[in-house]
Amino acid sequence: MLTRMFEHLRVMRATLRHLLSTPGSSLLNLLIIGIALSLPVGAYVLLKSVQQLAGRMVETPQISVFLEGDRSDGQLHELQSRLERHAGIARVEFVPRDAALKQLQGNSGIADMIADLPQNPLPDTFIVHPKATDSSTMESLRKELQSWKQFDHVQLDSDWVRKLEALLGLGRLATAILAALLSLALVAITFNTIRLQILTRREEIEVSKLIGASDSFIRRPFLYFGLMQGLAGGLIAWLLVSASLWLLNGSLQELTRLYASDFRLHALSLPDSLALLAFSAYLGWLGAWFSVSQHLWRIEPR
Amino acid sequence: MIRFSQVCKRYPGGHEALQDVSFEVAKGEMVYLTGHSGAGKSTLLKLIAAIERPTSGSVLVDGHNIRAIKREAIPALRRNIGLVFQDHKLLFDRNAFDNVLLPLQIAGFDHREAARRVRAALDKVGLLQSEKANPIALSGGEQQRLCIARAIVNRPDILLADEPTGNLDAEYSSEIMNIFKSFHQAGTTLLISTHDQHTLQEFPARILRLKQGRLQETSAHEERPC
Repeated sequence: MLTRMFEHLRVMRATLRHLLSTPGSSLLNLLIIGIALSLPVGAYVLLKSVQQLAGRMVETPQISVFLEGDRSDGQLHELQSRLERHAGIARVEFVPRDAALKQLQGNSGIADMIADLPQNPLPDTFIVHPKATDSSTMESLRKELQSWKQFDHVQLDSDWVRKLEALLGLGRLATAILAALLSLALVAITFNTIRLQILTRREEIEVSKLIGASDSFIRRPFLYFGLMQGLAGGLIAWLLVSASLWLLNGSLQELTRLYASDFRLHALSLPDSLALLAFSAYLGWLGAWFSVSQHLWRIEPR
Repeated sequence: MIRFSQVCKRYPGGHEALQDVSFEVAKGEMVYLTGHSGAGKSTLLKLIAAIERPTSGSVLVDGHNIRAIKREAIPALRRNIGLVFQDHKLLFDRNAFDNVLLPLQIAGFDHREAARRVRAALDKVGLLQSEKANPIALSGGEQQRLCIARAIVNRPDILLADEPTGNLDAEYSSEIMNIFKSFHQAGTTLLISTHDQHTLQEFPARILRLKQGRLQETSAHEERPC
């Protein structure tokens, strides 16, 4: 058992030496793998950040009902109780125009603009929380409220979020396709590297077979090579993505401050990072395995 | 230890390398295999190491039937057979020590025991002082001795040597034959192919003579105890 472990350690060390013995071509290979992997990983990080932003906004799907002009308290009260009696509505909130203006003034980016206005441009608003929040029910409720002649404009607040969600879904699919294709490329790259290695080490393989090496003994260094190449490529991808995020967040900070938002791109989480490394190592191993099972059996001593 | 019964080996294309070959080599015996080049000596040795399989007849080596042996069982068979090649088949990407170490790595020896055995084998063939040398820097005779060290480091029961003295002058040949003789005395079964008459006379042993793929009768006066 211990001997077997030492044997694996020995092969791992030898593989590492082998990788380092040709630093130029090894580095180029690793760069190709790293860049190929960093594209879908970068897209994934981007999508995840945008999704988090959208998620925060879609928490409470609601319908805004805007009232133009001045209404008496009695009228407003009557409208509110009428809304509250509606079977499809769970809760109604009233936001008077002055309160809405105050809220806006608290918002740093727009405060200066509002200060210049001669009068409050905002209408009184009812914020309606419907019981069912699926899009078709909300849409029919919006249409119904729109038909009430007291209301000037009825808006589905979650509308754009839903559109964004759909866009994000599209993005996720595109990322998945990209990831699948580039994973395939990684397997192909490893396949080819290992094929060349098998050719250059042909003599060693032949001699090893002649003196009683099992197939697994001969396969082992190549599988380790694929595994380690994949792992190192994954590490490079991680570094590339992290460095890019750091750069992007620097400029993004400037932009989001102007919009008074705290939006930023999230760095790769620890589980995501580990998953990336494990996956790239696995792909490298897989490519090596394909290559070895394709090419090794052809080398038999004569 | 080795038994051939009515063995035929036909290569694709119709060339009959061996025809109706039957013989037996007992455990601990030393036997020469001789004949002109192309007589089938190499083919016969390849059958014993399961590098080739017989077309018909049976080859039994250390209890394994070579005709029916499973691919997975071949490594274990070969670990018990030391092979010495005319062209040495040394690896030039590592030093002498690591060349001899390879069979022990394959067999899964622990490092300290392996290093001890490698040095013992190198000592036996007189190459202990060259353990760090690349085989390419060694002379033909030294390369052959290194190949022998690799063949015996795992202490196999059977040693097969294909023209081990083929490219060497008389002095080196005697040196190498003396090494073989010492293994024979230690109980190893040896099968040495050679067409070197000088060797046959200097180190007499039983002779199997091949002619165009057939085994000639071994005449009585050639059959002398070693």
